[in-house]
Amino acid sequence: MLKATRVARATRSVRPARRAFATVQDPPVRHYGGLKDQDRIFTNVFSRHDHGIKGALARGDWHRTKDIILKGDSWIIQTMKDSGLRGRGGAGFPSGLKWSFMNKPGWENDKRPRYLVVNADEGEPGTCKDREILRGDPHKLVEGCLVAGRAMNATAAYIYIRGEFFQEAAHLQQAITEAYKAGFLGKNACGSGYGFDVYVHRGAGAYICGEETALIESIEGKQGKPRLKPPFPADVGLFGCPTTVANVETVAVAPTICRRGSSWFAGFGRERNQGTKLFCISGHVNNPVVVEEEMSIPLQDLIEKHCGGVIGGWDNLLGIIPGGCSVPVLPKPKCEEVLMDYDSLKDAQSGLGTGAVIVMNKSTDIVAAIARFSQFYKHESCGQCTPCREGTTWMMNMMNRFVEGRGHQREIDMLLELTKQVEGRTICALGDAAAWPIQGLMRHFRPEVEKRIADFRAREGGVLFGGRFIRDVDPTLAIPDNLGGELPEVGLPAQH
Amino acid sequence: MFAARFARRLPSNRPRPARQISTSVPRRSDALFVHRDTTYNNPKIPFEFTAENLKRANEIISHYPPQYKKAAVIPLLDLGQRQNKGWTSISVMNYIANMLELAPMRVYEVATFYTMFNREPIGENFVQVCTTTPCMLRGSTEILDTVKSHLGGVKAGETTKDGKFTVIEVECQGACSNAPMMVINDDFYEDLTPASTKTILDAFSKGQKPKPGPQSGRHTIENSAGLTSLTGKPYGPGEFCSPEFS
Repeated sequence: MLKATRVARATRSVRPARRAFATVQDPPVRHYGGLKDQDRIFTNVFSRHDHGIKGALARGDWHRTKDIILKGDSWIIQTMKDSGLRGRGGAGFPSGLKWSFMNKPGWENDKRPRYLVVNADEGEPGTCKDREILRGDPHKLVEGCLVAGRAMNATAAYIYIRGEFFQEAAHLQQAITEAYKAGFLGKNACGSGYGFDVYVHRGAGAYICGEETALIESIEGKQGKPRLKPPFPADVGLFGCPTTVANVETVAVAPTICRRGSSWFAGFGRERNQGTKLFCISGHVNNPVVVEEEMSIPLQDLIEKHCGGVIGGWDNLLGIIPGGCSVPVLPKPKCEEVLMDYDSLKDAQSGLGTGAVIVMNKSTDIVAAIARFSQFYKHESCGQCTPCREGTTWMMNMMNRFVEGRGHQREIDMLLELTKQVEGRTICALGDAAAWPIQGLMRHFRPEVEKRIADFRAREGGVLFGGRFIRDVDPTLAIPDNLGGELPEVGLPAQH
Repeated sequence: MFAARFARRLPSNRPRPARQISTSVPRRSDALFVHRDTTYNNPKIPFEFTAENLKRANEIISHYPPQYKKAAVIPLLDLGQRQNKGWTSISVMNYIANMLELAPMRVYEVATFYTMFNREPIGENFVQVCTTTPCMLRGSTEILDTVKSHLGGVKAGETTKDGKFTVIEVECQGACSNAPMMVINDDFYEDLTPASTKTILDAFSKGQKPKPGPQSGRHTIENSAGLTSLTGKPYGPGEFCSPEFS
């Protein structure tokens, strides 16, 4: 009886699989990537053509900008919303929505000036896309400032460019001067009756100023220390006025989207990740490059197609950091399946960030590579919030010890706990950004770290928590229990 | 009697060891944040903008709302640093504080926060080698070692004896696809090898200025094995635009 029911249940569960649903077909599989030159927005990424106004006009910049301006703010914002553009600076917030925050009901009664601030403080390790826009296509950015400024009814734009970009700032200043001369900017921008000014503000070397409120502080002539939000910059921003901070790439694509139509832009990439994007590939590839490609291009395709592959072949790959130093590293099996867009990389427990792909092949000391990031964050922490100021130093010290393996197996979990304690407890995202690479390392390369620790202890003897050798401790003194000196030696977990 | 005992306890002329308050070694940060008057850096050394720089400074100040003149502090410090042989002395800071009607401390705060302000004199050529991970993967450690040994064994943060070069290690300079790279004064030298690094340094020590940019022969950031994108002539105005903008 019992047996009979079991059999019956088994057959019941098998039956649906046998039935063929002739009416439902698999949707056609779409392959992303392979963007044509005619669909590339930044046509002078390689600076092979004139970056001045003559070259820019020949490449279609400032083409009927007046008509875009005259369409009005809601048309531009609706176009941006329809195009599905998400902020290209790392967070991926929908741009149209962000810009619309400036036009709250009753904004006309607010007599304060309104600002667009363009974030050209590109300092994330691995990222070098904005630099190519600034030196190759500066007019795209200047025109973008006008269009985005019109959308949010801004009176002026400040472009905050990092101080190290001297040549880029010169090209940008040249573009602005030319645009003023040609009447594209100023009291009557492009003859539309709309008044708009663009200024360049050079920074002086601080990664943290890439954070929007720190950037605002920095323009105001203070130390670049992030502000608490709320109030959000759209309410109280630069000089106490409504402000929106946007990335260079986001602003620079706006005029082209307006001219070519939102549906054209939305036609690229997967749903919710539409558009084209500049990817900068660095590290162990044969030919590092900055290239504009379709969103959702498979990571492997991007590297094989545009960079001549990984040095030593794809099988020599160790891992890839897909979005600048703030996102966790991906191991090789994941690299083969992810698509370069916000959602796919988020599902893989990483992120698109700025689209900066750092490739590491098997010659890399992965622990040293991540430890160098920890050093970077320690250097760049502004020192305002205690978890980040102290945590980054602590993480750096621990990571530097792990490079040679000088530690205790239990310290790996302590380090992970430390990253969790820093994450989400700071004003800005620098604390999170410092924590994630370490979490990514431990998620995918923990055996490597464990092996180093085991090897080091086998070679040099026991190590207390904090890196002191047990052999250096005076045997006549009692070692506190909490230094782990008495803990039994933890070996490597069984290899599988 | 008490006086006699007290007198006995008073220190004699014998030097006594100073009392140790702390036994740990003080850790120095990258740069000293406290100003100490020296012969080359004290508030009595005069500084003011040249006529040309004054014009520029006024132009910069005009970019900001009149009640927020303070916003010009970073650009003006940069201008002052350029005029003052590449470093920001206390006089430069005081002059700018005066110019912007700020408390001097507000300017000191800014000058100590941002890494591009050197508060100690630097050599004629300021060599900054990037050593962050993307450069490290492409061999920046070797480049830094080459620079250090080629300039007579200076360490990062030091100036050569002839005062021609100051070498420092810096964080990401934003030229990762051109790694490894170094910045000399304002120019990026990219795609370096130890050999090309030596050539560049030699040229600078002779007072020449080699061509900035990639040293491997590629133009900027393109694929060095041949273009994979943007191969043809770029499209012109109105092409591929929607009908109302074509």
